[in-house]
Amino acid sequence: MNRLLPLSIVALGILAFATLMLVVVPGMQIRSQSPSPGLLPYTQAELRGREQYVSLGCLYCHSQQPRASDQAPDDQRGWGRASVASDYVYDQPHQLGTMRTGPDLLNVGARLPSQAWHLTHLLQPRAIFDWSIMPAYPFLFEQKPAAEPGDVVVALPPGYAAQNGVFVASQQALDLVTYLQGLDRTYPALPDAVRDDGYAEPDDEGRKP
Amino acid sequence: MSVTIGLLLSLSFVVSIAALAFLIWAIANHQLSATQDNAYTIFTPGEAGAPDDAAFEGEPDTAHGEHHFDVERAGIDKISRLPVLVLLTGAVFWLILGSVFGLTASLKLHWPDWLSGEAALTFGRVRTLHLNLVIYGWLSLAGIGVVMWIVPRIFHTALKYPKLPIIGAGLWNLGVLAGALAIASGWTDGEEWLEIPWQIDIVLAVAGSFFVVPIVATAVARNVHHIYVSGWYFLAALCWFPVLFVIANFPFIHSGVEEATVNWWFAHNVLGLWLTPLGVGAAYYFIPKIIGKPIYSYSLSLLGFWGLALFYSQVGIHHLIGGPVPTWVATLSIVHSVMMFVPVIAVAVNQHVTVARNWWAVRQSVPLRFISLGAVLYTAASFQGSIEALRTVNTVTHFTQYTVGHAHLGAYGFVSFIMFGAIYHMMPRLTGRQWPWPGLLNVHFWFVVVGFAIYFVALTVGGVFQGLAMLDITRPFAYSVTLLMPYLEARSIGGSLMTVGHLVFAFNIVAMLVMKPADAQRPPAPASTAPATES
Repeated sequence: MNRLLPLSIVALGILAFATLMLVVVPGMQIRSQSPSPGLLPYTQAELRGREQYVSLGCLYCHSQQPRASDQAPDDQRGWGRASVASDYVYDQPHQLGTMRTGPDLLNVGARLPSQAWHLTHLLQPRAIFDWSIMPAYPFLFEQKPAAEPGDVVVALPPGYAAQNGVFVASQQALDLVTYLQGLDRTYPALPDAVRDDGYAEPDDEGRKP
Repeated sequence: MSVTIGLLLSLSFVVSIAALAFLIWAIANHQLSATQDNAYTIFTPGEAGAPDDAAFEGEPDTAHGEHHFDVERAGIDKISRLPVLVLLTGAVFWLILGSVFGLTASLKLHWPDWLSGEAALTFGRVRTLHLNLVIYGWLSLAGIGVVMWIVPRIFHTALKYPKLPIIGAGLWNLGVLAGALAIASGWTDGEEWLEIPWQIDIVLAVAGSFFVVPIVATAVARNVHHIYVSGWYFLAALCWFPVLFVIANFPFIHSGVEEATVNWWFAHNVLGLWLTPLGVGAAYYFIPKIIGKPIYSYSLSLLGFWGLALFYSQVGIHHLIGGPVPTWVATLSIVHSVMMFVPVIAVAVNQHVTVARNWWAVRQSVPLRFISLGAVLYTAASFQGSIEALRTVNTVTHFTQYTVGHAHLGAYGFVSFIMFGAIYHMMPRLTGRQWPWPGLLNVHFWFVVVGFAIYFVALTVGGVFQGLAMLDITRPFAYSVTLLMPYLEARSIGGSLMTVGHLVFAFNIVAMLVMKPADAQRPPAPASTAPATES
């Protein structure tokens, strides 16, 4: 260990090998899959809403990757079937997430389709769930003395309603809700789709799916 | 498919094992030179055996006396002095700001309506500001500062191009500031650890090259034959991080799950191939230097280094276990996570035995106390990480606060503690001054140790309960949220103590910097500018 060049070359070679194994080869395998049949590209409004989702950092509390029933009861909680790589081809940046301070959202549009519900929940989560620790997003709404034509008024229970006038959803709030309503990957996955099957129970012949 | 998977898995594993076997063979047959004599590279002749600590308490002779052997190195330290001071000042500033955002994010988890009026202060942005400021602001700058000071010393060569790092520090600070403003305003690349927009990453990449060039040039021009173990870690880290940073931030290439694998390949390598080598390399220098005796087994350090390179580089996908990634790549990362026991035990034996045989030094020296505790927490964090990657454990801890506790055990308990100790050791030598209130070093130590203990225990215990609740279908999801509340509150208490500790730390440094030289009890550094040379 007296020479600089061999040290650098071997160090970089090891990193290149790791990159091959963790990025290049899995990438080739994932790219060889076609998008899930049933997966639609995002609409313009959904993409704008997705930008809000990314920019507000929803990722840091909500995953978008339900686990398989072999591993966890995600499906039974209504979060949807285990997701597969081809469910995400239109996602950039990806929002798989690593934390569940709140529930998984990959299929939130399927289980909570109501725009009114989402608007109320975004303005004040505790108006719906007293146990929630989700931040309120009042800056996505405007308080007005009275609603004007075209305004989407947010329904709030007594105690949370505006003292004077009404809360009206901004375009950002409407876009974000459109994105959330569009999160629905409940269509069936292809049998050979790529995902981590490491928790699957082996079948009678000892093979995993 | 299963055949391909099996082949790939075995290939990766066989290559790593073969490389390890080759390494052991090479060490046994002295193909790689790393004898115990080489461990003395950090000492000048006659220096070994003399403890080197300006902050020893209660011993007026050492506390106020000039350390004899520093004279021979003064010409070298003098050249690195300004760049290192500039880097460290920036690091401490970002630590304070990053701590404030971290504490805010922690409080917001149990006071969800606090500061909710501004988008810039919403949890998702405050948490992100915390991470980016402490990783790219505090730890990276502090680490580079430490490298910039150690590298000329172990190579017995004055730092080359000493103006470049000063320009680099200015640019880097600008980049971190711009990145923070971008995140606060909602402009983000949207992936964990990669939030700073790629346009701003260009500034950071350019700034980084201003750090790499002087260090590599100093290494090339070195006046010693042997590269000391800290040098392996630092030079490899300086090869790895620029490559990782540029590839991972390159825009518009990946999407979906492929992007997720790039994301976690990068994010875990920031820890494994950047922060860890900076921390371990610093510990390998300061522990024997402060004690005045070489490390326990120099040959073993080879195994620790190459094992880290081989295994740590492939652990990243354990962040996606149970997710929409190929099974084989998740398993590959699990296997390599477990293999990390090999290099970690090698480093642990080396560093802990050296400290344990010289316990008197830990009692006397606050810097050594920080550094050796940091080294112990490296062992702890690595063992925990290896176990956490196992599928049975991961199924509970994934998606919970347990992971946050683990991340802080590594980035805070391990790397930050070593940086605290390193800075406390370096500052008197950089400024030629004594600590105005040496007792405050100890105050800092106990605030962050107690604070972090509360932090870590709360999130670890709470995280396990949270994970078990989420796996239990008889419990509603809400249960996993409500049960966590006392643990989140405890984390805020721990985090507050840590933040107070950081304020004491910053106060110590500012006090030393603004103190009038007349107040300084330590004589000024010798005026000689000639670099000490030795073959």
